[in-house]
Amino acid sequence: MISQVFILTTSGDHLIYKDFRGEAGVDAIRTFYEAVTALSGDQPPVVMSHKGMHFVHVKQGGLYWAASTKSNPSPFTVIEFLNRLAALTKDYCGSLSEKSVRMNFALIYELLDEMVDYGYIQTTSTDMLKNFIQTETMSSKPFSLFELGNVGLFGAETQQSKVAPSAATSRPLMFTRGDQGGNEIFVDVIERLSVIIGSNGVVMKADIEGEIRVKCYLPGCSEMRIGLNEELSIGKSQLRGYGMAVRMDECSFHQAVKLDEFDAYRILKICPSQGEQTVMQYQLCDDLPCAPPFRLFPTVERDIGNRLLIYLKLRCDLSPKSVALNVSVTLPIPKGSVSLSQELSSPDQSAELQSKNKALQWDIPRFPGGAQLSALFKLEVPGLSSASLQEVGPVSLCFELPKHTCTGLQVRFLRLTPTQPGSSQRWVRYVTHSDSYTIRI
Amino acid sequence: MPYFGSEETVKELKRALSNPNIQSDRLRYRNYIFRVIRSMTQGLDVSALFMEMVKASATVDIVQKKLVYLYMCTYASLKPDLVLLAINTLRKDCADPNPMVRGLALRNMCNLRMPGITEYIQQPIMTGLRDKAPYVRRVAVLGCAKMQRLQTLTEIDATIVNELYGMLRDPDPVVMVNCLRALEEILQAEGGVVINKPIAHHLLNRLKDLDSWAQSEVLTFLLRYRPRSEDELFDILSLLDGFLQSGHTPVLAATLRLFLQLAAEHPAVQVDALVRARGPLLNACGAQSRELRFAGLCHVQKILKSQPGQYGAHYKRFFCSYSEPSYIKFRKIEILVELVNDENVGLVLEELRGYCTDVSLELAQAAIAAIGRIGRMYSEKCLDILTGLLGLKQEHITSAVVQTFRDLTWHCPQSTVLVCRAVEGCEETIQDAEGKQALLWLLGVHGGKINSAPYVLEGYINGLKSEMSSAVKVELLTAAVQLFLVRPAEMQDMLGRLLQYCIETRRVIQGPESDPSMGVIIGRPEEPVSNWVSTFNTLTPLCGRVTSPEPTTSGCTNHTTQNVVADPLAGTSEETEVYTPEDKQGVIGMSLGPTLLHEDFERLWLELKLSLRENLGFPGPRSSPETLQAALQLVKMQTLAFSRADTLPWKAYIYTHCSGTLVLAELLQPTAEPESDGMVLSIKQKPEDRQVLQEFVAVLKTVLQTLIKGTS
Repeated sequence: MISQVFILTTSGDHLIYKDFRGEAGVDAIRTFYEAVTALSGDQPPVVMSHKGMHFVHVKQGGLYWAASTKSNPSPFTVIEFLNRLAALTKDYCGSLSEKSVRMNFALIYELLDEMVDYGYIQTTSTDMLKNFIQTETMSSKPFSLFELGNVGLFGAETQQSKVAPSAATSRPLMFTRGDQGGNEIFVDVIERLSVIIGSNGVVMKADIEGEIRVKCYLPGCSEMRIGLNEELSIGKSQLRGYGMAVRMDECSFHQAVKLDEFDAYRILKICPSQGEQTVMQYQLCDDLPCAPPFRLFPTVERDIGNRLLIYLKLRCDLSPKSVALNVSVTLPIPKGSVSLSQELSSPDQSAELQSKNKALQWDIPRFPGGAQLSALFKLEVPGLSSASLQEVGPVSLCFELPKHTCTGLQVRFLRLTPTQPGSSQRWVRYVTHSDSYTIRI
Repeated sequence: MPYFGSEETVKELKRALSNPNIQSDRLRYRNYIFRVIRSMTQGLDVSALFMEMVKASATVDIVQKKLVYLYMCTYASLKPDLVLLAINTLRKDCADPNPMVRGLALRNMCNLRMPGITEYIQQPIMTGLRDKAPYVRRVAVLGCAKMQRLQTLTEIDATIVNELYGMLRDPDPVVMVNCLRALEEILQAEGGVVINKPIAHHLLNRLKDLDSWAQSEVLTFLLRYRPRSEDELFDILSLLDGFLQSGHTPVLAATLRLFLQLAAEHPAVQVDALVRARGPLLNACGAQSRELRFAGLCHVQKILKSQPGQYGAHYKRFFCSYSEPSYIKFRKIEILVELVNDENVGLVLEELRGYCTDVSLELAQAAIAAIGRIGRMYSEKCLDILTGLLGLKQEHITSAVVQTFRDLTWHCPQSTVLVCRAVEGCEETIQDAEGKQALLWLLGVHGGKINSAPYVLEGYINGLKSEMSSAVKVELLTAAVQLFLVRPAEMQDMLGRLLQYCIETRRVIQGPESDPSMGVIIGRPEEPVSNWVSTFNTLTPLCGRVTSPEPTTSGCTNHTTQNVVADPLAGTSEETEVYTPEDKQGVIGMSLGPTLLHEDFERLWLELKLSLRENLGFPGPRSSPETLQAALQLVKMQTLAFSRADTLPWKAYIYTHCSGTLVLAELLQPTAEPESDGMVLSIKQKPEDRQVLQEFVAVLKTVLQTLIKGTS
């Protein structure tokens, strides 16, 4: 059972404090904050104990979400509860930040009051909660569908394309009033990719963790049917369709998903409640259906004197229609490096020497599929030895692949029953993130 | 209170709240109440406004009501007299036609933690238990628990308990779970809620209707139930089977724990459950929430203790990712060491090699130590990597590698030749005391095989004046003497200078050179599942140790000279007071010699039959095993081997010769809670002699108890 729940900023301001059982005083917050700031970073900060009091916390949106307890509960439950609290706060307030929590503190108190009684979790489902939550959301800025950041260079692009703006889901659910713009449903297929490529170019590890997330603004929706690729096969042995099947090793579903049509037609049936929920999670290990999105061809040489030449050629193996965004290449370099000069192939790219991490970072804001970019870095390393070369690498990449799933999972259709009157909008979005993409040198 | 101008704020709020103009304007009034709550959250003492807030509770605005109730619950204990003013409004609300208002009022009335409130809440709670709205019943059920806590001294109200047991059949699932929770609290003194057969099966049948939070909690309550027969057990297990695959980690973990405990007698079922839960657990280890990832890793680590083979094929899941915080990386490194096997060793080592040059020094050192631990089984491959790392000539890397070398030669002597070749030339890079100690130890013990050893020592002896660490000096002295015995010609001169310098230090003890065997007995035992299952899915696996992975030295300091010198001192000061010289000799005349080799001990231990097994009834001493070793030596018992201080189960092997018999003993501290269980003593004797045996046990007990007294 949970004794207290509190939300703190990183500077120690109390945003929310609720005591459920009266077992410990407000001092607990200070104790927690002192403990959490005293951590050197090497100790596990998730659970801390102080005089019979356990503190469990998660960090989300730059805030500490902490629970204290005197019993010895399941860590999974407490952590999941705090994550759920953060997710609900995001659903209700639109975004997760110090500002939004500050503005909506009354709402969060109301939420907590309904979610937990006497330290026991009562309910966290939005369907139940929406009946009880009366406070209206205070939004920090009026919501506009076309945010400045999404308007293309000449202002025309976004209005033409059928792409939902990425900020569309960062707006509060309006439970009490279903009048304005509340007729949308978003289905996101999100994949996280972790890859290790050996120095000889062989893929050593390639894991995909994916999920289908539904964010629903519809005030009343009885049933939604999500059709996935029919040739989707699950498990190592199963094979469906002809050849190019979409494969996954394992998948699990949200409790509320009905699977009676899944085996035959790959249709998920769900009655989505308002807010965000993950309806399906899946994994694929060690067997990418396509080539990994990036290949690197590095050359590291000693130049005359104390100079190190690093020549990186990076190829994007996506189809030419796709594009990778915000690609960031990080390469550890010898500890003694003092200065960097670079030759990059286009002006929008940038590179810098991060002396704190002893690494150089090369940023490419936009990287079209099929393209190949190269960069030459010259490093000044006093006292360069042949052993220093061993300190170069491995390269890690961060990127985002919009409109792309590495498994090839697609949503064939999205049907709502009963059919929503008129203006309901359904969006399907795909994105692949790099969880960890490492290339050894 | 720390806030500047807090009194001003309170005064201003008070003025505003009692201003009739503001009171009549609903929105402005509510805004001021918002400000009160905000100040309260920030830690400002706004209890002076209690009167005004009580007035504000009489409103139809539910948001305002909720905030005022929050305020009242916070300050109720400070202003009990004023709370009574609000009771009337609350009781009126408890009869409101809107169930939401009824529930809200009842919940907050029970939350008013002040003496004497019970007489006001008892009636509404009893009415609430029979309310037709499940929302109110949920609140009322927990209200019973709150009420019980407020009147701790009075007896448990049997009618309420019966009522709650009856309400376990309530159609609303949350009401049912709340009944369990309330009963658990009310009956705490009697051991909590009783789960008998009908209740257990009722709960099992309703599991599917519950939401995942309630599921995991009910599964935890079910831990208390013991099935009557095998058939019933397997019925229950098959009901639970589906939950092992749950995507919701709390449910998965609770189910797994229940499975493991129910099937305690059926190891094969346990293994099967662990296999089936592997996929979901691995997903938890890769979850997006880092905290969840960490919790998953900690639990996988527990499972690995019993089933190291199970995760061997999934080693790639435990490779560190670039962006992970170091507390996750350390856990992953520990797990990689645990699950290494013939197939994956190459790739795991390659991955660990990558971490050795990480920008974080701690991570690099942890990775090097991990390679060293793997090296105990796969020494050749690891030595290659470690030797390669020396080429980097980085201070922290070289130091960590040399420390790892020391441990390697200790555990697998066959690596000595390669190590001796590799350490030449390291002395220039090593700067820290730990590294120097390790290097000196290697030079002293294996100096005969290292050509440059005397010259390196000479360098250290010349720089002795600037050396700060006394541990390094002691190590240097030992090493110089040891090497002198092997290579007297080269060492004589410098040893003389060294002795002259530290003429006051006389105590030098030569430690043993390696600890190769006992692998069969101590090695890496596969723990029975029952050792950790009681802490599974609790906070314990996450907070157990505060330190980062195995600190590079703790596992092996037992052979550095410093400890051998220092710890007996610590031990003897207590011992000498207790044992008179007659005691030391023992009535039965125990003696240490002739020395028993590890191999002989191991062979005898496996050959002989158990003469005695006894639970000593008290836990092992908290002091370090080295202290125990020294203390036992005083009564002429030789400790041949022991596990590291922080490991569980902790074991020690002891032998002694007395009255013509050889006594071998094993001390075992099986579980994590030293308070609950005592140590188990097993003795084998050759030839058997009951009289001697009893004497031996008596002496051993006295020593252990003295040590416990000395350290607690």
